[in-house]
Amino acid sequence: MTWLVPLPVIVPLFAAGLALALYRRPTIQRIVSVTALSIVLVAAVGLLVGADSGPLVVDVGNWAAPVGIDLVADRLSALMLTISSAVTLCVLVYSLAQGEGEHERAPISIYHPTYLVLAAGVANAFLSGDLFNIYVGFEVLLAASYVLITLGGSRERVRAGTVYVVVALLSSVLFLVALAAIYATCGTVNLAQLAIRLPEIDPGVRLVLQVLLLLAFAIKAAVFPLSAWLPDSYPTAPAPVTAVFAGLLTKVGVYAMIRTQTLLFPDGRLDTVLMWAALATMVVGILGAVAQDDIKRMLSFTLVSHIGYMVFGIALSTTAGWSAAIYYVVHHITVQTALFLVVGLVERVGGSTSLSRLGGLAKLAPVVAVLFFVPAMNLAGIPPLSGFLGKLGLLEAGVALGTPLAFALVAGGVLTSLLTLYAMVKAWNKAFWQTPPAEVRPVRLPAGMVGAATALVVLGLGLTFAAGPLFRYTERAATALTLRSPYVVAVLPDGLRGTGISAEPTGGEGP
Amino acid sequence: MIDMSPNLVLVVAIGVLFAAGVYLLLERSLTRVLIGVILIGNGANLLFLVAGGAAGRPPIVGRGSGPMSDPLPQAMVLTAIVITLGMTAFLLALAYRSWQLHRHDEVQDDLEDRRIARLAAVDLLATRDTDIDVAGATLDEEAELARDETDEGVVVGGDLGGTDHARGEGGRPHASGDGPGGDAP
Repeated sequence: MTWLVPLPVIVPLFAAGLALALYRRPTIQRIVSVTALSIVLVAAVGLLVGADSGPLVVDVGNWAAPVGIDLVADRLSALMLTISSAVTLCVLVYSLAQGEGEHERAPISIYHPTYLVLAAGVANAFLSGDLFNIYVGFEVLLAASYVLITLGGSRERVRAGTVYVVVALLSSVLFLVALAAIYATCGTVNLAQLAIRLPEIDPGVRLVLQVLLLLAFAIKAAVFPLSAWLPDSYPTAPAPVTAVFAGLLTKVGVYAMIRTQTLLFPDGRLDTVLMWAALATMVVGILGAVAQDDIKRMLSFTLVSHIGYMVFGIALSTTAGWSAAIYYVVHHITVQTALFLVVGLVERVGGSTSLSRLGGLAKLAPVVAVLFFVPAMNLAGIPPLSGFLGKLGLLEAGVALGTPLAFALVAGGVLTSLLTLYAMVKAWNKAFWQTPPAEVRPVRLPAGMVGAATALVVLGLGLTFAAGPLFRYTERAATALTLRSPYVVAVLPDGLRGTGISAEPTGGEGP
Repeated sequence: MIDMSPNLVLVVAIGVLFAAGVYLLLERSLTRVLIGVILIGNGANLLFLVAGGAAGRPPIVGRGSGPMSDPLPQAMVLTAIVITLGMTAFLLALAYRSWQLHRHDEVQDDLEDRRIARLAAVDLLATRDTDIDVAGATLDEEAELARDETDEGVVVGGDLGGTDHARGEGGRPHASGDGPGGDAP
């Protein structure tokens, strides 16, 4: 089973090279990228099943773990990987259909290789069992995202891309500083070995390391007050690019927060700070969304706001909280991506994303109306959809903790849910029901775009029907995260070395 | 236990690089921001060298005796340098593109933010709802115009015609199906 683990990283990287070499043959290029991402999806599902009986570990190059790099697929990684590869595949199909008859000819030859590199970077960040390798994964996916967000190099995209790139670079440098400090204190960057060594160091130094890592990840995950860059930069990119960014990039940051908080810093000394940050993220984000006139910007603000729910789950530091947070991440990836894809369809039909210029789309394109309505209600948390179940899990975990701050967060969560509903209903009324300000001619939508968006909406509904098994899976994942030992033992069976080849550990090595 | 007391010169150099880098990052011009990113990146690289322990030990070749220098931080610095190089190239290209398009390389504010701030300053709504823009300014005027069953197709307040209508007829309710301009002469 372990041979599956490197596939989600290797296959897209090789396919990216192949796609770049085949830039003169768009048809073969398309086949290559779709095939590669389909293989990744199959491998990820295989990992999802395989990881349920214990973490799968590969020592890369057969170098034993703390010396070499290792890839680890435990339940959390496998679940994130599966959902992200399903989403990347859907978005790829959508963008293929969008490419036909696109007015502005996007440089397609660079789109496919970059997109595949992005997928490889995301997979690497999820699978890596080594903090420095997570950094490399981040850089790979960020470098790809810089290219995608400035695709075409128009005025607006260059302006928005500049802000995005500078902020992302700053967070990368912070991450690098954290890595240097961690290596200086612990003499390793392997996650499993760090889990053994970090509790032994001075608590003050440990707190500094935790703050540095959290800052780096909070910028990537767009946690208030480090979220201002997101609503400015995301909406300018092409619809599929915005969709995949909204679904995946912030969630990679959330994943890194879950991983480091649970494995490396289980004492939870920053939970109070995280809870306040979660509350501020939820409320400030959704208030921003309410004020917006442009659907894409409104959705970017709801994205920021709902990151707050996940941080809330992380900050609870209980098995129930982590379980609900993981479920919420899975739900939010699908639903947010689906909404951005549907907004791409709305833009196609209505010719704009501004709510004051749209109108009457329910009559003009009833399919798009349904496709928008279902994920919008799902995001707002209307029973019985998955958004409701995720929020319910979080609120239950918050009430179970029972501190005044937890109750404040529960109240904030309910308020945010209501305001999300308000923002969504407002968008729905304006875009689909109000009398159109200008006459719109009916546009034929490419079947691929509608099909891909429908697939994601159905996937979101599927999360509702599969909520029982899925919640049990995330509970098992959260239990393993609480125990910490399954991960550490899987990587370092004897507490010193992984399963690969290495010289005997000599004395006096490392502090 | 290896000697981990850092070299003071390196520590001061790191401090200076970070301070200068942060100062430049706060500038408006993308070229200056770029130089700031480079400085901070190099500061982080030096930090890794400090993390690797004291200088002057032999590298790992064969099986020597005594303490040897740790190769891992150097490998990590190498990776970080390559990444910084790529990012620098991309930022340079971005600055050039910005100069091509705008004749400057200023990092601009969020335009939509500025627009909403302007609306807030003059106390205006960000969006207007056409379905609550009614013909009469007050409830009394609206009540005078409103017909639910007997208006025979005239949509009260549905379009701008309602306003013209009310003004033209001196506010008298008018229930015929004529257009607003139909009975003007």
